[in-house]
Amino acid sequence: MEKSITLREGYSRLRKTRTVFISGLLILLVILIGVGVTLGSAGFTVGESYLAILAGLFPGTFTAPEMAEVIVWDYRLHRVLFAVVAGFGLAVAGVVMQGILRNPLASPFTLGISSAAATGASVAIVLGAGLVDSEYLIIANAFLFALLASVAIYGMARYRGVSSETMILAGIALMYLFSAVTSLLQYIGTAEELQAVVFWMFGSVGKSTWPKLGLVTLVLACTIPYLIYRAWDLNALAEGDEVAAGLGVPVERSMMIFMVVASLITAVIICFTGTIGFIGLVAPHITRMAIGADHRTLIPAAGLVGAALLLAADSIGRSVLAPQVLPVGIVTAFLGVPFFIYLFMHRRNA
Amino acid sequence: MALLSIEDLSFAYRSHTVLSGVSFVVNAGEVLGLVGPNGCGKTTLIKCVDGMLSPEEGRVTLGGRDLRTMHRREVAREMAYVPQSAGNQTASTVFETVLMGRRPYLNWTVSPEDEERVAAALDLLDLGGLAFRKVAELSGGERQRVMIARALVQETGVILLDEPTSNLDIRHQMAVMEVLHGLAEEKGFAVVIALHDLNLAATYCHRLLVLADGSIYSYGVPEEVLTPEMLGNVYGIEAVVKQDLPAPYVVPVRPGQLQEEG
Repeated sequence: MEKSITLREGYSRLRKTRTVFISGLLILLVILIGVGVTLGSAGFTVGESYLAILAGLFPGTFTAPEMAEVIVWDYRLHRVLFAVVAGFGLAVAGVVMQGILRNPLASPFTLGISSAAATGASVAIVLGAGLVDSEYLIIANAFLFALLASVAIYGMARYRGVSSETMILAGIALMYLFSAVTSLLQYIGTAEELQAVVFWMFGSVGKSTWPKLGLVTLVLACTIPYLIYRAWDLNALAEGDEVAAGLGVPVERSMMIFMVVASLITAVIICFTGTIGFIGLVAPHITRMAIGADHRTLIPAAGLVGAALLLAADSIGRSVLAPQVLPVGIVTAFLGVPFFIYLFMHRRNA
Repeated sequence: MALLSIEDLSFAYRSHTVLSGVSFVVNAGEVLGLVGPNGCGKTTLIKCVDGMLSPEEGRVTLGGRDLRTMHRREVAREMAYVPQSAGNQTASTVFETVLMGRRPYLNWTVSPEDEERVAAALDLLDLGGLAFRKVAELSGGERQRVMIARALVQETGVILLDEPTSNLDIRHQMAVMEVLHGLAEEKGFAVVIALHDLNLAATYCHRLLVLADGSIYSYGVPEEVLTPEMLGNVYGIEAVVKQDLPAPYVVPVRPGQLQEEG
């Protein structure tokens, strides 16, 4: 009896660690938002930034310098929040893909889904140019191609048997295929189209607006609660198809649904930002190392890690060469690659 | 009472027939051992019984109900399955991995009752000290016991196990088989175990089913089933079966040695 109480205490400690980790991340994120909003040429302090944010939310209660309020609300806050939302979503998509494919290397980037979206955007930019509101054509195309890639990977893996090797090989093959299509489109496109494609692929939150932020937030608000709701199924699937089936999970249908949801999240973000690598790969790993693999907490915690990483990367990108702004996709790769190599070396040693 | 009954089951992967006309029943309180050479269809049979594979013909009845009419979650509350591979390398702890066995009952939160059942299963399989280690860090044998603990917390009446002792040393083989045997005799479980070790099977199984090329070669108590004739026909080996021990004991003999001595 005494033993079972200690075991339960151990589990309750594990849950407390998770709560502390998530709370810590929330505080970090609030700080990063303040810093991110403050960075820039118009000089005001972090405190004034928070005041400006609060003044916009509760006009009667708080007052801030008018200039600070205008700059924060019209220019900076939506970009900062877009980085938060995009980082959150990409990390969650990475968690889901790594879980259901049982592959530590799975992410929207390594599975070719990002490059498929880039191809979709390029098709819209190069072949759909001149159409009214081509921006929404780009979004639709990026989404469609991302979905296509995920279905192709899933189909190939199913046919050959789901294993790490199959997924990686199918993903890499698709990445090359879509890169080649994008290159071809760049080759046949005009100089202006080429520039648009290249800038799209850099990956940046600089194109954010309040309506775009609203749309991405809406998609995340509809999908992520569903993923958290089905956390036990994700836990079971991460243990293997047979284990999941034995525990009563409808395996094939669930995997299809989770792939579609992860692709939807990825696509709706990267169609606005372009290719942002490594967040979806790295954030889930950091989180799993810190608090383990229960998807009930892994999903929100990894999302917060991704949000903090992307916002930090964007803030760094805005500061290092100020007033020049580095696209966040470049910064995340610079941060992500050393970490990825570290992980790889660590795994080999273990 | 027959908790599990299999009637005339046949299965084929595309045109390759793996099982044909397999029928047997497993009663409450009984351990049934599935034995037979590699590739004889043991794993396929277990997957058909659990409903993971759909048989071409035949019927599986669980507690009087046709498996095809049951929702997967219902099946998971009445029948647990421990697959052959010893699980995946996730970052989950032992405690949480075993807790997943509660999935057929859990809504989203974990109740004190769920936690208690997990703790009890960990104690039963001598895993208490490892509860907060990561499964990926354990030895093969420890991991196999974790998978069995997970099946136990599913609180089913039927447990199917595919080679549950293949990574275990002799002490842990016996410990696991003791637990399964105890579940059958004391708590009325129906246990089906695919095993390679014929002597372990003879020691702990009430009945054995010998599968050869997808059909039943023989089916009965170990004393009837384990004969030199069966070992010759099914496994193609020469062997002596000792009957004067608590359970029949198979001693394989190198080809030709029996005649020389006899």
